[in-house]
Amino acid sequence: MSSESPEAGPPVVTPVRVVIALCLFAPFVAMLWVGSYAKVDPAFIGIPFFYWYQMLWVLLSTALTMTAYKLWQRDQRARRGGTK
Amino acid sequence: MNDGVNGVALGVFIFFFLAVTVMGFLAARWRKAENEHSLDEWGLGGRSFGTWVTWFLLGGDLYTAYTFVAVPAAIYAAGAAGFFAVPYTILVYPLIFTFLPRLWSVSHKHGYVTTSDFVRGRFGSKGLSLAVAVTGILATMPYIALQLVGIQAVLDVMGVGGGEDTNWFVKDLPLLIAFGVLAAYTYSSGLRAPALIAFVKDTLIYIVIAVAIIYIPIKLGGFDEVFGAASEKYTAAKAGGLVPLEAGQWTYATLALGSALALFMYPHSITATLSSRSREVIRRNTTILPLYSLMLGLLALLGFMAIAAGVKVTNPQLAIPQLFEDMFPDWFAGVAFAAIGIGALVPAAIMSIAAANLFTRNIYKDFIKPDATPQQETKVSKLVSLLVKVGALVFVLTMDKTVAINFQLLGGIWILQTFPALVGGLFTRWFHRWALLAGWAVGMIYGTVAAYGVASPTQKHFGGSAKEIPGIGEIGYIGLTAFVLNVVVTVVLTFVLKAFKAPEGIDETSPEDYTADAGDPGVQVELPPATAGASH
Repeated sequence: MSSESPEAGPPVVTPVRVVIALCLFAPFVAMLWVGSYAKVDPAFIGIPFFYWYQMLWVLLSTALTMTAYKLWQRDQRARRGGTK
Repeated sequence: MNDGVNGVALGVFIFFFLAVTVMGFLAARWRKAENEHSLDEWGLGGRSFGTWVTWFLLGGDLYTAYTFVAVPAAIYAAGAAGFFAVPYTILVYPLIFTFLPRLWSVSHKHGYVTTSDFVRGRFGSKGLSLAVAVTGILATMPYIALQLVGIQAVLDVMGVGGGEDTNWFVKDLPLLIAFGVLAAYTYSSGLRAPALIAFVKDTLIYIVIAVAIIYIPIKLGGFDEVFGAASEKYTAAKAGGLVPLEAGQWTYATLALGSALALFMYPHSITATLSSRSREVIRRNTTILPLYSLMLGLLALLGFMAIAAGVKVTNPQLAIPQLFEDMFPDWFAGVAFAAIGIGALVPAAIMSIAAANLFTRNIYKDFIKPDATPQQETKVSKLVSLLVKVGALVFVLTMDKTVAINFQLLGGIWILQTFPALVGGLFTRWFHRWALLAGWAVGMIYGTVAAYGVASPTQKHFGGSAKEIPGIGEIGYIGLTAFVLNVVVTVVLTFVLKAFKAPEGIDETSPEDYTADAGDPGVQVELPPATAGASH
């Protein structure tokens, strides 16, 4: 088995894991706060703000999820390689 | 709606259709395993798919033909409110990042094929597992029916759907043929068929969207013109708008959140997930699947273009096929129609497999024939996949389309009610099985009654999926309100049942099962990656 029981290993909540959680949580705040983007201006090449902003968030949330993935991999590798 | 048959478009359409049919049958030989008579082989493609196959399969599965037709249709009819599909698919990926790898691990360790298998193993409750299975089957059936509606829309616009006066057999013949072919190769090749066809489907879709999003606005005079025309239409119709009004913002947010929570409760999403080779494949996929969301966003904009192009249809579902027909040269319209048509076949195949697996594992094996051998399981599953499809076909041919749409709307509300048992169960054993069952029942009943009570200008019941949230007073997605009720009931009853020391049931899983990866004891060894993955 690769992962140890939580008691024996490093603490469950670490700064890296907090960052991972924030990366995953940010899209929820941004997307569910509809009032922050329910407007027409500024438009981008004729596309109202409402639409291009949400499409931009597809890219932002992808970047955030990817960051979370990389950090998680590093976290797991460190734990597997012994308690650092 | 259309005067004659569009010969060129139809020719291209038939060409692609024949090509995927051949692929569907050949798929049985693709990555064939030795033990071909197990349900893992037929129903999960041998659990062998790597990052890219999984990506195509999940993409082909989640972004269905109906999505392609319905999302721009909603924009065409109502404007901004229809765009919630984009934040919805944005939220799905961070969400599944947290729980799907755990489901993969525990399923591999214990050989679970469906979510109900997991629920039964975790909570030791056949009743709860049956509830999850029945919900899954009920929610999937209308979804399959809607895929057929998607094919019908394309056939109609090509002129082969027949007019009002053609007799029903001639009118429905093309659909029957498409359907028979789909049923035959799903039966013989299992999940491998849609996995292989998904490559064609997604390639076609990406090409069509890329061309449409550049070519059509240029023809229409730019996005300024497009949105200007759309704005005028909404103002004139006094319905919809380019931006949701303050009153509509709760609806928008709750629909996005509720749908995101529900998506990976659907059996077909889970089937595609469990067919992947390792835990890493799933996490990696959460970082590349959003490419489909971007495409969906662009596709949604086609709804505005249909308005600007002066497409006039009484049934908004036909707006996008009609836009393609009006704007593209015939041969490319054929490619676009093929993309939608094949786009319906992939999810329909996966959904029928998923529903069949649920029936076989959680109804047939648990309640009818507990000593079924793997061969018998596979046989039953194959037969049920046929039955499910025939059921969907009858549904589409005999009932009004709005019935399928109503049921799909209800299906979304229902499937969300399995979230506490499944995702809750993946993280904690604290919830009591009876409390989960009670919570599920409350959510189902509230959701159904509330949806029944929603009227729209055209329908007395099931007129929409949003209603006033009790206690808050804003209009919100019924599914999410039902879900909150469900969770409250589950938590309260768990406290009560624990106080009375009600029997908890046996948990056959252990904590390390949830983090097991390929290569660990009891889990199949990971094969060397066949394709270069997104990372490593």
